[in-house]
Amino acid sequence: MTQPPESERTQTPQAGSQAEVPRGEDKRWLDEHKNVDKVFYALVGVCALLALADFGYHKHAHFSFEGVHAFHGLFGFLAYFGLVLTATQLRKLLKRDENYYD
Amino acid sequence: MIELFPDLPVGYLVMLGALLIPVVPRRLVGPYMLALPVLGLVQLWSLPLGHTVDLSLAGLEIQPTRVDRLSRIFGTIFHMAALLGALYALHVKDRLQHVAALVYAGSAIAAAFAGDLISLFINWELTAISSVFLIWARRTERAYTVGLRYLVIQVLSGVLLLAGAISWYAETGSLAFERMELSGIGSWLIFLSFGIKAAFPFLHNWLQDAYPEATVTGTVFLSAFTTKLAIYALCRGFAGTELLIPIGATMTAFPIFFAVIENDMRRVLAYSLNNQLGYMVVGIGIGTEMSINGTAAHAFAHIIYKALLFMSMGAVLHRVGTIKAAELGGLYKSMPLTTVFCMIGALAISAFPFLSGFVSKSMIMTAAADEHYTITFVVLLFASAGVCDHSGIKIPFFTFFAHDSGKRCKEAPINMLLAMGTAAALCVLIGIFPDYLYALLPHDVAYNAYTVTHVVTQLQLLMFAGLAFGVMMRAGIYPPELNAVNIDFDWTYRRAIPALWSQLRTGLVVADQTFRRDYLARTASLLVSGSRETYSPKGRMGEPWATGPSSLIAAVLLGAFLLLYYF
Repeated sequence: MTQPPESERTQTPQAGSQAEVPRGEDKRWLDEHKNVDKVFYALVGVCALLALADFGYHKHAHFSFEGVHAFHGLFGFLAYFGLVLTATQLRKLLKRDENYYD
Repeated sequence: MIELFPDLPVGYLVMLGALLIPVVPRRLVGPYMLALPVLGLVQLWSLPLGHTVDLSLAGLEIQPTRVDRLSRIFGTIFHMAALLGALYALHVKDRLQHVAALVYAGSAIAAAFAGDLISLFINWELTAISSVFLIWARRTERAYTVGLRYLVIQVLSGVLLLAGAISWYAETGSLAFERMELSGIGSWLIFLSFGIKAAFPFLHNWLQDAYPEATVTGTVFLSAFTTKLAIYALCRGFAGTELLIPIGATMTAFPIFFAVIENDMRRVLAYSLNNQLGYMVVGIGIGTEMSINGTAAHAFAHIIYKALLFMSMGAVLHRVGTIKAAELGGLYKSMPLTTVFCMIGALAISAFPFLSGFVSKSMIMTAAADEHYTITFVVLLFASAGVCDHSGIKIPFFTFFAHDSGKRCKEAPINMLLAMGTAAALCVLIGIFPDYLYALLPHDVAYNAYTVTHVVTQLQLLMFAGLAFGVMMRAGIYPPELNAVNIDFDWTYRRAIPALWSQLRTGLVVADQTFRRDYLARTASLLVSGSRETYSPKGRMGEPWATGPSSLIAAVLLGAFLLLYYF
C-alpha cells in the first residue's frame, strides 16, 4: 500500500505502537503490547473453535454453497479483506483535502 | 379500555405539545419533554386496531389517523425514539432545539398514521421543515449551508409527493394511502418522493451531508425519523415491488466502502444507516409476510441501536470537541460507560447473537433465501461483513481504543448516560426476548432466530471478519484514519454542476458580448450610415419631390382608404 504524503498522515500511527500514557497515570492492561497480542490470539482461538463447530451439528443450509465447511467464516474473512482493500484503493480516487468543499 | 383523546390524530399530542415548550417554567421543561412522548404512546395504545380519525377538508375526505398493526409498530418505535432523544437532550438549554425535535418527532408519528395522501404530504413536509432547525441550531455558517441543501432536497421530496398524489387522484379518483402498483405518473412520482427520503442510491447524499452537521442531540433525533418514515411509507405503498430488491441490495453494499475510509465518525454512522435501510428496502421488495415482518422488526431494532451509536459518538463530540477518527483513541479510559454502551450498540448492529440486530436482520435474510434470491442473499451476506467492519469495529475501536490520543475528558453527562443505558438495555432485551418484538409485527408469522445453524454461522461470519481486521492491523495494511474528505455522488451537485453552470454562464456572457460587439454594433453602424445616405439632403428621401407625382400618390392612398372604409 502506498503511504499518503507526510503532511496528511495522522500524527499517531495506529497499530502496534505503545500508547503515550500521560504522566502520573497508571498503565492499563491494554496499554501493554503483549496483552493486545493475547486478545488477538484469543480471537484466533475462538475462530478455530467456531470452524470446528461445523462438525458438531447438522447445518440447515438454504443454498448448496452454504454447505461448504465453515462457509460463513471463510466468506466473512474474505469479504472483509476484499472490502477493506477495495476501499483503500477507492480512497486514492475519492480522497480530497479536508477543506475541499469549503 | 378507555380511549385517550380518540379524536386527536396520533402524533399531534407530541407535535402540538412541543409548541408550548417555550412557555413552560424552566424547571419543568425536562419533565414536560419526557411526558409528551409517554402520553403519546399511552394514547396510541389506548386506541383499538382499526381506529380512524376522519375529517372533511374543503370537500375532500381525509383520514389523519388510521391505526393498524403496520402503523402501530412504527408509531410505537417513533414514540420510544422521541423519549430516548428527549432524555439524551435534557441538558440542552436551547429551547429552539427542543421544540424543533419534538415537532419533528410528532409530525413523523402523524405521518405514519396518515390514511390518505394529503395528510401524509402535510406531515411529510412538516418533518422536513422542523428537522432542519436541528442542523441550523449549530449556528455556524457551515451548518447554515448544509441545512439549506438538506431543506431543498427534503422539500423537493414533499413536492414530488404532492404532485404524485394529485396525479394519483386524477388517475384513480382516490386519495387513500394504500398499496399501489408502479404504473402511471402518479405512482412513480410518489415512489420517487419516498425514494429520496429512504436514501436510494444517487438520491442518498443528503443523509451523509446533513446528519453529521447537526447538533450533538439533533443527530440522534434525525437518525430515527425521516428515513424510517420513508421505509414505513414504502412498506405501505409498495410492498412486493420487485424493483426494490436490486435498489435495496445496492444500498446495503455500496455505502460500506465509503464508511471504511470516512474520518468523521458521525458520517461513518450515516453511511452505515444507509446500509441498514438497504436491508429494509430489500425486505419490502420481497413482499412476503415474513419479509415485511423482517423490515418492520429491523426498523424497530435499528432505530434503537442506531440512536445508541449516534448518542455515544455525540457524547464524545460533546466532551472532546471533535469526532474525527484520526484525532481520537484511548477514550475508554475517560469514558468507560460510554464505551460499554457504544460496544453494545456496535454488536447489536453487527447482528451478534443475543442482541437485537440478530433477531431482526435474519428475518430479511431468511425471507430472501426462502424466495431463492441467491445473488441478493450473497450481497446481503457481504454487507453483513461490512457492517461488522465500519459499525462493529471501526466506530468503537478507533474512538475508544486504538492508539491512545492522550485526550482525557469527563464521562458523559448523567442524562446522556441514562439514555444510552436504556437504549443498550433495549438492544439486549430484544435480543434475548425477541417474542415481545415479534408480537408487535404486522403479520402473524412463527419465526425462531435461535437455531444452532443460525447462531454458529453468524458467529463464524462476525468472528472471522474480526480476525481479518486483526490480521490487517498487525500487517499494517488497514487504511489509516486520515483528516480528509471523500467525494461521493453529491460531488455532482456541489461541484460539477455548479462548475458547469458557471462555465456555461461565462460562455453566455462571452457570446452575448461578441454578439453585441460584432453583430449589433455593425448592424447599427450600417443602419446609421445607410440612413445617412438615404435621408441626407442629397439622399433619395431627402431630395424634394415633384408636386405632380406627390399629389397623385396622396389621391391614390385617399381613394384606397375610402374604399376600405366603405366596405
